[in-house]
Amino acid sequence: MLITEIKPKEEILAFLKEKKSIFVIQCYGCKEVVYPFDEIQKFLQENSINYVLQDYLCNHEYSKEYINKCKEQIENAEMLLIFSCGVGVQSFSEMLYNNTELKIKGKKVYAGCDTLYVNGFQGLTATEPNCAQCRKCHLNYTCAICPITSCSKSLLNGQCGGVKNGKCEVDKEMDCGWEKIFKKSEKMKDKNCVLDEKIHLHDFKIIP
Amino acid sequence: MKLKKLFDDGKFVVTSEVGPPKGWQVDKLLHETEIIKDKVSAINVTDNQSSVMRLSPLVVSKLIKDRGMEPVFQITCRDRNRLALQSDILGAATFGIENLLLLTGDHNKLGDHPDSKPVFDLDSISLAYTVKRLEQGVDLAGNKLDGEPPKFCIGGVVSPCSDNLDSQISKMERKVKAGMEFFQTQAVYEVDKFIKFMDKVKGFGVPVMVGIVVLKTVGMAKFMNENVAGIHVPDNLIEELRKDKEKTKSGQTGMEIAAKLIKELKPYCQGVHLMPLGWDDKVPKILELAGL
Ligand code: SF4
Ligand code: SF4
Repeated sequence: MLITEIKPKEEILAFLKEKKSIFVIQCYGCKEVVYPFDEIQKFLQENSINYVLQDYLCNHEYSKEYINKCKEQIENAEMLLIFSCGVGVQSFSEMLYNNTELKIKGKKVYAGCDTLYVNGFQGLTATEPNCAQCRKCHLNYTCAICPITSCSKSLLNGQCGGVKNGKCEVDKEMDCGWEKIFKKSEKMKDKNCVLDEKIHLHDFKIIP
Repeated sequence: MKLKKLFDDGKFVVTSEVGPPKGWQVDKLLHETEIIKDKVSAINVTDNQSSVMRLSPLVVSKLIKDRGMEPVFQITCRDRNRLALQSDILGAATFGIENLLLLTGDHNKLGDHPDSKPVFDLDSISLAYTVKRLEQGVDLAGNKLDGEPPKFCIGGVVSPCSDNLDSQISKMERKVKAGMEFFQTQAVYEVDKFIKFMDKVKGFGVPVMVGIVVLKTVGMAKFMNENVAGIHVPDNLIEELRKDKEKTKSGQTGMEIAAKLIKELKPYCQGVHLMPLGWDDKVPKILELAGL
């Protein structure tokens, strides 16, 4: 079970103002995720933001089809704004990134939701990207790779000195999350997607 | 004295390092520091180095300070959350400790308490930011400190020979922006890589002290190549260690290699940081051979 809420609306609007063209996707949500579907709909409509709805963003089969279907819109957009849980945003970004068509491969995504922590069993569809429901989603400055779950120390301000041959210091089999973030940003030719000028801090008060 | 002052004065700064014991008795450690006392500007005190539990570096820094030496108090984010970190940093100010080396820290799994909770509430960058806040008279949560704010000289580390150089440099740049005033590097054995690195970071305008770890055995060199991030001992140095077993055992080969590296690297950096790993008695000789 995941619980997702919409990011502060001013934050999203400020982001939208900066961009020329955005392709907005709203996930339908799923039974595993408690998701503010109506609130997001209302927000999008009130601000006259065009959007498309999409089933199960985290599902590769659906989403691959979908990317092909919306190819043109995705190519023409400067960026994608995605309303879904942390798993959906990561999975979708990865699918874009693994696409062979260059214009799609380089597309960046922006997460419109935060995923909250909840105790108990997570009945997730098994996906490689993982979300620890940290409540303050960091994907927007990490190329949509979760620094909480893909870095052994959950570092928020960049790679530690322990990386060797791209692997994490705690396990020679494990890819270093920050290496993946860095490499992805290089390939996408966008240094800003890795970290901004801010100092990022964990906010543990929101984790029960 | 703050290390920054020495760099500002144009000095080539030499520092060394001691590791607190796994116990509370400090005679041996203090003896080690006495040997290097007059040869170096400051002595780093490591913080549960390699995630192995040891005596508190704050206590050892204070003892060193009391004996007229300048400690560099190393602080990692592995074992303390932001409250404990700030409270120890204020403690350092109370003791008159002026130099801090801020590190994220190795993961607990690498040390002797692999079951412990990794904290990493902050990291090296947010810790630097925290120190800057304290220096402005407020804590990380924005509460006002009583009395005068503390004033430190803060440094960090960087790996010039890392196979992920670009991301290391980008992190270094962020550290500089967060207020770090000097850098000590991971051990360097590859002169050309270091020169290239220095060329790339020149623009940051921050002094860099090249890290030197004295090679003790062939096994140690191989172990580091296999397991330690950012370190690569080239084959010719391993060959040198292998050639004359007696000479290597006595420490002579390691000292010669270290001195040669220092000589070659000195023109490219602002200081040298020696990590003798218990071979403190060899430090004076290395510096002499290096002409320092
Ligand atoms: S940063 Fe990671 S853990 Fe936090 S909400 Fe985003 S995907 Fe989930
Ligand atoms: S090596 Fe990479 S994944 Fe591992 S702790 Fe360091 S930054 Fe995180």
